[in-house]
Amino acid sequence: MPVPCAYHVHMRKNARHNRLKEEAIRLLLFSSSITVVILLAGIFLLLLMKALPAFREISAGEFFLTGVWDPTGYERSHYGILAMIKSTVMVTAGAMAIAVPLGVGTAAFLNEIAGPRLREVLKPVIEILAGVPSVVVGFLGIVLFGPMIAKLFGIHSGLNAMNGSLLLAIMSLPTIISISEDALNAVPVSFSEASFALGANRWQTLVRVKMPAAVSGVIAACMLGMGRAIGETMTVLMATGCAIAMPVSFLDPVRTITSAIAIELGEVAFNSTHYYALFAVGLVLFCMTFAVNMVSDVILHKYQSLQR
Amino acid sequence: MKKSILSQRLGFSLLTACTAAVVGFLAIILWDIVTKGAGSVTWKFLTDAPRDGMTQGGIMPAIVGTFFATTITTVLALPLGCCVAIYLNEYAKDTAITRLIRVTIRNLAGVPSIVYGLFGVVLFVQGLRLGTSILSAGLTLGLLTLPWTITASEEALKTVPASYREGAFALGATKWQAIYTNVLPYAFGGILTGAILGIARAAGETAPILFTGAAFYLPFLPRSVFDQFMALPYHLYILSTQHHQIEKVRPLAYGTALVLLGLVLGMNLIAVIIRYKIRKNTKAV
Repeated sequence: MPVPCAYHVHMRKNARHNRLKEEAIRLLLFSSSITVVILLAGIFLLLLMKALPAFREISAGEFFLTGVWDPTGYERSHYGILAMIKSTVMVTAGAMAIAVPLGVGTAAFLNEIAGPRLREVLKPVIEILAGVPSVVVGFLGIVLFGPMIAKLFGIHSGLNAMNGSLLLAIMSLPTIISISEDALNAVPVSFSEASFALGANRWQTLVRVKMPAAVSGVIAACMLGMGRAIGETMTVLMATGCAIAMPVSFLDPVRTITSAIAIELGEVAFNSTHYYALFAVGLVLFCMTFAVNMVSDVILHKYQSLQR
Repeated sequence: MKKSILSQRLGFSLLTACTAAVVGFLAIILWDIVTKGAGSVTWKFLTDAPRDGMTQGGIMPAIVGTFFATTITTVLALPLGCCVAIYLNEYAKDTAITRLIRVTIRNLAGVPSIVYGLFGVVLFVQGLRLGTSILSAGLTLGLLTLPWTITASEEALKTVPASYREGAFALGATKWQAIYTNVLPYAFGGILTGAILGIARAAGETAPILFTGAAFYLPFLPRSVFDQFMALPYHLYILSTQHHQIEKVRPLAYGTALVLLGLVLGMNLIAVIIRYKIRKNTKAV
C-alpha cells in the first residue's frame, strides 16, 4: 500500500472541509427561503392576534353585518364595516369597468397589431406607468381629475367614488396589460395558422381563436389587477373624499377599507378597542386580497400546465 | 367578405384607441406634473428645509429621509432576496416545499401595502421596540420589496447559460464555487436592475411608512436610525391633503411630486438602460 503523500492528505482534508461548507451554504440559503413562508404566515397571525381582542367588545354580527362605523360615537361606539366594504367593492368594480376593456384591448394591440419597433416603445411606457408612485396618482386625483369630474357633473367636489375608480383603473392597467399580453403570446402560432387556413381574417382569428385560447390567462390578469385595486391605499385615501356614510352612487364620497385604516390608525391609542378593530378590518382586507390572488394564481398555474 | 374587412378595420381601430388611451393617461400624468412642478423646483427648493409652517422653503429633509429609509430597505431586501433566488434557481428541486415557497412569494407580492404597514407597527414598532423610526420604516419597506427582489434576481439567474455551471463543475468546482465564481458575476447586472427597481418602488411607497416612522414635519435631519424622518411621498400626501393652507402650498406640492416622480422614474430608466446593455452584450457573446 502506497504511503499517502502530504498532497493527498491535504486534498482529503480539503474535500471534507468543502463538503461541510457546501452543506452550510445550502442550509443558509434554504432557511432564508423559508423566511418568506414565515413572513406570510406571520403577517396573517399577527393580524389575527391583534384583531381577536376587538371581538371581546364588539359582536361579530355588528362588525360584519352593520354599516355604521363610528368608534368615537357620543352614546356608544359603532363598529360596522359594511359601508367600507361596499365602498371598496364599488370603487374596485368601477376601476375594473374601465381597466379591463382598456387593458385587454391594449394587450391585444401589442400582440396583434404593434410591430416589433412600436412594441419596443410601448413596453417601457407601460413599465413607467407601473412605476408612478400611488401618492402621485392620488395627488393628480385631487388637483386634476377631481375638478374635472366636479365640472362635468356640476357638483361641488370631485373627490368621490368615480374619481377613485378612474385612478385605480390607471394603477391596475399595467398589471392587466402585461399579464394578458403574456397569455396572448403563449397561444401557439399553429392556432392562428389553422384559423387563417380556414379563411378567417386577423380580427376573426384574434376574437374567435386567440382570445378564447388565452381566456384563463386574461381572467387571471384581470383578477391580479383587481387585487391591486382592492389593496391600493394612497390614491383612494386622497381622492375619494373619505366620508364614512354608506355610499349610494358613484358621485358620493366614500371611505374604503384601506383608507379607513390609513386615516384612523394614526389617531387611536395603542391597544384600545378601536385599535384592535382596525386590525380586524386589516385582516378582512388581507383575506380579500389573499383570496383574489390565490384564485388567480391557481388559474394561471393550471393554464401554464395546459400550455405545456 | 366586405363585412369581415369592415369589422376587422373597426376592431383594430378600437384596439388602437385603447392603447392610445393608456399612453394618454401617462402623458397626462407626466405633462401635468412636469409643467406645473418645474417652476417650483429650484436649487434652493432641493437644499432647504421647510419653513413657516411648511408654506415656504424646500424639501431637503424629505429627500434625505427617503434616501436613508431606502438604504435600510436595500440592506434588508437585497441579500435576503438574492439568497432566496439562488436557492430557488440553483438548489431547489420540484418538491412540495419549493412549490409552497413559490406560491408564497407570488402572494406576498399581492399583499396590500397598508397591510405591510400594520405588520410593521406590530412587529417593529411595538414588538421589537424600535419605535416609530427610520429603522422600522426601512425594514417594513424591505419586507414589501422582498418578493420583487426575489423575482427579479431569479429572472437574472435564469439567463445564465447552463454551460457556465458545467464548465466550473468540469474543473472540479463544488456547487457553491460554481455559483460564486461563474453564475453570480454573469447575473450581477440583472440582479442590480431588480434591486434598483425595488428601491424605486420603496421610495414611492407611502402607506407602509404612515405609522412606522414618517414624520409630519421635522426641520432637522435625522441623527440616528431611531429618529423619525420626513419622506418625499409622505410629504406630498401632507402637503396635498393635511395642510391647513392647501391652496397656498400647492406649488410646493407640485414641486415635491415632480422631484418624487423624477427620482422614481429616473431609477426605473437607469434599470431599463442597464437591462438593455446586458441584453446587447449577451447577444454579442
